[in-house]
Amino acid sequence: MSDDIYREIILDHYRNPRNKGKLENADVTVHDSNPLCGDEIDIHLKVDGGIIRDVKFEGKGCAISQASASMLTELVMGKDLNVVKDLKKEDILENIGLTNLGPARIKCALLSLKVLKVGMVKYYSENDPKSAEQIKNESSLY
Amino acid sequence: MQRSVVNSYELRNDFPIFKKKINGKELVYLDNASTTQKPYSVINSITDFYSNYNSNIHRAVYQLAEEATTLYEQSREKIANFINVRPEEIVYTRNTTESINLIAHSWARTNLKKDDGVAITELEHHSNIVPWQILSQEIGTRLEYVGIDENGFLDLEYLIELISSKKVKLVSLSHMSNVLGTIVPIERIIKIAHENDIPVLVDGAQSVPHMPVDVKNMDCDFLVFSAHKMLGPTGVGVLYAKKEILEKMRPFMGGGDMIKEVFKFHTNYNEVPYKFEAGTPNIADVVGFGAAIDYLEKIGMENIRKHEIDLTEYALESILSINHLTVYGPRDPNYRGGVISFNIADIHPHDLATIMNDHGIAIRSGHHCAQVLMQRLDVPATSRASFYIYNTKEEIDKFVNAIKEAGRIFKI
Repeated sequence: MSDDIYREIILDHYRNPRNKGKLENADVTVHDSNPLCGDEIDIHLKVDGGIIRDVKFEGKGCAISQASASMLTELVMGKDLNVVKDLKKEDILENIGLTNLGPARIKCALLSLKVLKVGMVKYYSENDPKSAEQIKNESSLY
Repeated sequence: MQRSVVNSYELRNDFPIFKKKINGKELVYLDNASTTQKPYSVINSITDFYSNYNSNIHRAVYQLAEEATTLYEQSREKIANFINVRPEEIVYTRNTTESINLIAHSWARTNLKKDDGVAITELEHHSNIVPWQILSQEIGTRLEYVGIDENGFLDLEYLIELISSKKVKLVSLSHMSNVLGTIVPIERIIKIAHENDIPVLVDGAQSVPHMPVDVKNMDCDFLVFSAHKMLGPTGVGVLYAKKEILEKMRPFMGGGDMIKEVFKFHTNYNEVPYKFEAGTPNIADVVGFGAAIDYLEKIGMENIRKHEIDLTEYALESILSINHLTVYGPRDPNYRGGVISFNIADIHPHDLATIMNDHGIAIRSGHHCAQVLMQRLDVPATSRASFYIYNTKEEIDKFVNAIKEAGRIFKI
């Protein structure tokens, strides 16, 4: 029920999002939205030596989509791209502590991961098409 | 509690869906602007058609086909009576959207040309925006928007200026907003448009199900609406147009039933309205729509309107007392339908709808297929509760309590 969804930590990330804003000189910027409800997420990545050196997001939407994006930026900050490209939807749902969402709301929770994966495909397609293809094939998020 | 002109408590027994429990709670269905629930009489009429009359219409001479044709045409008569027009002026479509597209494809492509203006408003549903954008891209017509003020009322002055300066060749507008509930002064607009020889298309998707609509009084050139928003089945829409307009319009789709005679390289088309009904139509659901109209007429559209004014007044009073809550659209229930869009503090409508669902309450959240209006209101989305004959004040109390519960969960 809703009390389990809108826990303190979700509301905190919704109202005080981490790593929110634009990133100057980003290597990759990706935007996507959920046409069903209008949730929007932009992710900016700065990558150096295969490591995510900086990540920021912009967005508007429901508490679940925005808190999930905020928590995702914390999860991937400073991480090796090889680790990040293997992130699964289960990892995200576990990360935000929402494993019982219905089919409509699960899309809100996973929007930021979808945007991040598209960003990585964009990044890899320039210098490592094989990895780009691999992420594309494994990214059937929904 | 004071009894309303419509006895919702008794009516509810006619709707099987209200036996269903949502999260162990009674269903409180407040998404009627989207689609309405169906009474037994409508559901049974469809079963009855498939059980006892199923056959194709307008062709075969055996008894079953004649009975099916009669039922199909009886629905047309019921619809015609319901809005006070002639049966041959009623064209069946799939829904309001298809009706508008039919007009944009058929009427507009022969009557409008490059640089002609089409006036719509900021209140419109996407179905009365996108077909005109497509037309603009294809034949170069111009789209003119009539704005709204902070209470959700149309900028009539600007609309009149568009009309009298002949900047537009068609006015196409919603009779009642599906987001704000605003009821526009349609008769006045049509009168002024006609004084300037400009036809008017009325999107009645939200008005026809909820108030008496008399086309003879209104004198619109086109009226479009959907069965499923007025207790009928999905998949049936209506296009009304004056007979002389329909007769001059070219067909929308070609195929069976819309023809009189087909030769190798040309065809003589059938009379109206059949000219616009190519292919086997949605016969059973058209019959079901007839049953829905019977049901509505038994209650009386005047009573339905009064009931909704009553509910809307009660709901507005209750929710406006909640802190940090904004209601969009007119405050006076006499100028609005039973549709209430609102936002509370920083709770996103989707989160509010999720919390409502815990209580068995179905409300809509999002842009309501009216993104142009959302941009005008400068909000990404709203929550929306919309009422019908089976809704009660008790349900509105549950709805208001659930909003307060959301405030508690979000620590507002």
